[in-house]
Amino acid sequence: MSNNETLTQLWEVFIRPSNGLAHKHAGSIHSADSEMAVQAARDVYTRRGEGTSLWVVPSSAIVASDPRDKEELFDPADDKIYRHPSFYNIPDEVGHM
Amino acid sequence: MYSQGLIGADDSTHEDEEFLARFQARIDAEEKIEPNDAMPQGYRKTLVRQIAQHAHSEIVGMLPEGNWVTRAPTLKRKAALIAKIQDEGGHGLYLYSAVETLGVSREQVTQELLSGKAKYSSIFNYPAITWADIGAIGWLVDGAAIMNQIPLCRCSYGPYARAMVRVCKEESFHQRQGYEILMMLCAGSDEQKAMAQDALNRWWWPSLMMFGPHDSESTHGSQSEKWKIKRISNDDLRRKFVTATVPQAEFLGLEVPDPELKWNEKTESYDIGPIDWDEFWSVVKGNGVMNKERLEARNKAWDEGAWVREAANAFALKSQEREQLEAAQ
Repeated sequence: MSNNETLTQLWEVFIRPSNGLAHKHAGSIHSADSEMAVQAARDVYTRRGEGTSLWVVPSSAIVASDPRDKEELFDPADDKIYRHPSFYNIPDEVGHM
Repeated sequence: MYSQGLIGADDSTHEDEEFLARFQARIDAEEKIEPNDAMPQGYRKTLVRQIAQHAHSEIVGMLPEGNWVTRAPTLKRKAALIAKIQDEGGHGLYLYSAVETLGVSREQVTQELLSGKAKYSSIFNYPAITWADIGAIGWLVDGAAIMNQIPLCRCSYGPYARAMVRVCKEESFHQRQGYEILMMLCAGSDEQKAMAQDALNRWWWPSLMMFGPHDSESTHGSQSEKWKIKRISNDDLRRKFVTATVPQAEFLGLEVPDPELKWNEKTESYDIGPIDWDEFWSVVKGNGVMNKERLEARNKAWDEGAWVREAANAFALKSQEREQLEAAQ
């Protein structure tokens, strides 16, 4: 491999297992363009009926949250008990609500 | 084969005690570690080495079988062999995809394979000289690989564990197709049965070596086990493999080439005779029958594919420029 060789672009692959389900991340693939990325993703990730639809997205286009912000972003906010239905008192006579 | 990925691994790490303790607590709580998480350098380096070596093993593993595609005895065998080889290529790609999440490029790990710096499993440095070898490879080599890979599905590193789940699902077809080839040969003429026995004689010990050195010799086992990269020791996996495989050999009417093989009532598993570790280390160090040819084949494929990569990149660039031009008009 020469040093001036262009690195091929990295793509993230998402598969919809069947209609009615959302696309789910399966892995990544290298390809120079989007058309070949779909073909390569098909060959690598769906050889045994794993899906009915594929997405390929340039990995560089994905913006990820920083794991260091995990607490700030994903704190379950357990102190906000009024977010849960059990916070509200509804008399039994009202029935299921 | 993948235990060999730890040979020579540098698991030294220089983080402070508090960081390491926090990381270990996450591991102990069976939390998966994901790509962007903070992790000790030693953990990252160990994984890069092991996953890359695992990927290389899948890729080089296509070569001994590729040798038999044009000579498979029937169309059915040929179709199955091609499908298996395609799976091995796919497994290599799932694993390269996993190793890239650790901040190394595909080109970098490929280069390390081509230059001979990175290793792959010693098993692929043995030649596949008869059709029965294709049966033995599926039965024993893929069987040993499955034994190694099942605990890796629970590895602490998320992308590696997820790749392993996919690999394990596909691998069982490989083992069954290999065993079926040997069943046919063993039910055939005396020559065919002798061919099957000869393949078992040659592949048995190298398959046992795939599990890596004895636990007492393996310096990297313990740190790797503590980090839950490796979850079962080399010797335990080897013992499990032997115990599962010996009855399968008996069913074929073949004899396992180990005069010291003995059922152990206490452990409810087989004890085996001594492994020729000189042979193992010689193959790992590059002196196996096929080391040179395997690397030459990979280098040839890479070099001869250069124009394809260049053309694909040039076409992508040209299409991009054309799109920009059209958008500007």
